[in-house]
Amino acid sequence: MQTPAQDTATPGTNPFAKQKSHRETKESLIKWTLRSATYVILIITASIFTHIFIRGAPVVFSLTPPFINTSFLTKLPETLHVLEDKQGKKYETTPTGVDVIKKQLGDNLRNEKTISYSGGGILGPIVGTILLVGVCVVVALGLGIASAIYLSEYAKQGKFIEMARLAILNLSGVPSVVFGLFGLGMFVLSAPKITSHPLDRSLLAIPLGFGEYISFEGWDTSVLAGGFTLAFVILPVVITASEECLKAVPQGFRETSLALGATKWQTIWKCVLPFAMPGILTSSILGIARAAGETAPIMFTAALAFKDKLPWQGDTGIMGIFTQSVQALPYHIYTLSARIPQNEYSERAQYGSVFVFLVLVMSLAGASVILRRKLRAKYKW
Amino acid sequence: MVTTYPIMMSTVAPKKAESGVATPPAAAPEVSEMASETSSPVSNAIITVKDMDFCYGAKQAMFNVNLNIATKKVTAFIGPSGCGKSTLLRCFNRINDRIPGAHISKGEVRIKGKNINEEDVDLAQLRRQVGMVFQRSNPFPKSIYENVAYGLRVHGESRKSVLDTAVERCLTHAALWSELKDRLNANAMGLSGGQQQRLCIARAIATEPDILLMDEPCSALDPIATSKIEELIFQLSNDYTVVIVTHSMQQARRVADDTAFFYLGKLIEFAPTMEIFSNPRQKQTEAYVRGQFS
Ligand SMILES: Nc1ncnc2c1ncn2[C@@H]1O[C@H](COP(=O)(O)OP(=O)(O)OP(=O)(O)O)[C@@H](O)[C@H]1O
Ligand SMILES: [Mg+2]
Repeated sequence: MQTPAQDTATPGTNPFAKQKSHRETKESLIKWTLRSATYVILIITASIFTHIFIRGAPVVFSLTPPFINTSFLTKLPETLHVLEDKQGKKYETTPTGVDVIKKQLGDNLRNEKTISYSGGGILGPIVGTILLVGVCVVVALGLGIASAIYLSEYAKQGKFIEMARLAILNLSGVPSVVFGLFGLGMFVLSAPKITSHPLDRSLLAIPLGFGEYISFEGWDTSVLAGGFTLAFVILPVVITASEECLKAVPQGFRETSLALGATKWQTIWKCVLPFAMPGILTSSILGIARAAGETAPIMFTAALAFKDKLPWQGDTGIMGIFTQSVQALPYHIYTLSARIPQNEYSERAQYGSVFVFLVLVMSLAGASVILRRKLRAKYKW
Repeated sequence: MVTTYPIMMSTVAPKKAESGVATPPAAAPEVSEMASETSSPVSNAIITVKDMDFCYGAKQAMFNVNLNIATKKVTAFIGPSGCGKSTLLRCFNRINDRIPGAHISKGEVRIKGKNINEEDVDLAQLRRQVGMVFQRSNPFPKSIYENVAYGLRVHGESRKSVLDTAVERCLTHAALWSELKDRLNANAMGLSGGQQQRLCIARAIATEPDILLMDEPCSALDPIATSKIEELIFQLSNDYTVVIVTHSMQQARRVADDTAFFYLGKLIEFAPTMEIFSNPRQKQTEAYVRGQFS
């Protein structure tokens, strides 16, 4: 029995009081359900971050001068040796320091423990991740924006283009380990490269005449192969986001520009892309942050569990920076937490790595926000 | 002031343009009764539309239009909504090419004597000489300076001195220079609606077109801004051929030398503005200009 309005009620008497409170309860119930859902998420997120911060920050920062523990950021990972003497005193040391302490202790040594990868720092993984993300950004943005421009500005809208769009969207549902295997087959084993000595397993070697060949033998496990694989993981995000942002640029800009005699490309370059760019970058950064944290795609294509050299310290020097395999933060975290025995000594590197990784991703996001603000201020409509 | 750029390789002889006009209005024998008044009231046409049908895909939007638009005069297109004024206007700079399926299915449009839909017409050159101002003022979200310089830049002009002169000339012409000369680097989106529309006009005349097409340039403006634009159009008609679409009959009366009345995709009557408003020959025109249109 729903009686409609309050305006029929005479002032002072309120025959609908109960019904009204009913409705209010329902309203507030809904509001509280929604609110608590939000708070639950907030609390969980906050506790994860606090946990990582409390355990990880002391690895990198300290309360005493110089406040920052540079060795964790500037040294390569190494094995941690823990020696214990008969009095129960413990000495943590590096592989090179072991002998000295052993000599000092002499017979006093009670036992010795080694914990892989938990000593030193994580410079290798940091550098590796930065290189991988760098290649990934260039490839993903280059390919992604190019194809988004084609799809939204040039292609005749029709069945085929719809199918292409659908395929791209579906790509984002593919598990990342599949991308890893794809990258292995594609970039590690069969991508074309120019070389004077094609490998035996090369799929096809086309001589170029002057002693060089284009050989389809892959790029080996390398930064390049890993970066390309990561780029393919986030391409769907980049393409879809870019298309949205291009569509959001008013048609009037294009029409005006064309009416002023600009060619199609001039119009896109001067009147569409600049205005779409802030949005494209912001949405792509989310994808890039995801790529930075992916383990599976780089497992077969770029990452090593351990490497005692930085990418530019190999035989080929700085030239080999993209053709070397590297350590990467997410894979390093995986190794530290799943591949070595856990004890009180392994925690330092684990939490330290996670903390540094979070800081990296956050600064990436922060940079994107600043960039977007700047561009937005310049090109707002 | 007006520089003549040939639309394409073929240098257009002015003679030819005039000879096009010499065509007697009754050239098309099967012109329907309705279209019988489509003869040009002018003697020196710069735009000639002949027996034109226009289709959006399968849907025909314009029927057998014949029209000669005079050089350095203001021509107004009036008529009820959906009658094809914009469609025809947008044929003149071929901006309709953007719309998939839109095409001229019969007849031709000649500008300066050249059929603009022929293969050897370069769109950039055509549009450089046939400028357009749109209904919604849409300056680019760039600086005022860059807005005006845009047309020249896309045509390869990058010398600062040339751009500077052009910007000053066009803003002066659009009656904006004194208002804006101190904030040329400010974002154009910060201007008022009327200023934006005048900026769009300045931008359109930067490439020194011969013809300026305006599609309801004042429909989003208040009366004061409107009268400024009208004044500007009056000024411009010294140097440019102006074709303006308008819904305001007062406006047509104030600014236009000639007026064309369209109805349901057909050109009903085309005559000097005075005649259209005081002594229309067609019943439909009369009903429309008296405001008795149903
Ligand atoms: N892009 C398009 N696709 C299909 N039909 C269109 C398109 N643009 C316009 N039309 C149709 O063509 C006819 C003429 O439209 P046009 O925009 O030229 O009218 P108009 O006289 O400018 O009207 P208004 O005064 O409302 O601007 C209309 O029937 C319209 O529905
Ligand atoms: Mg219109």
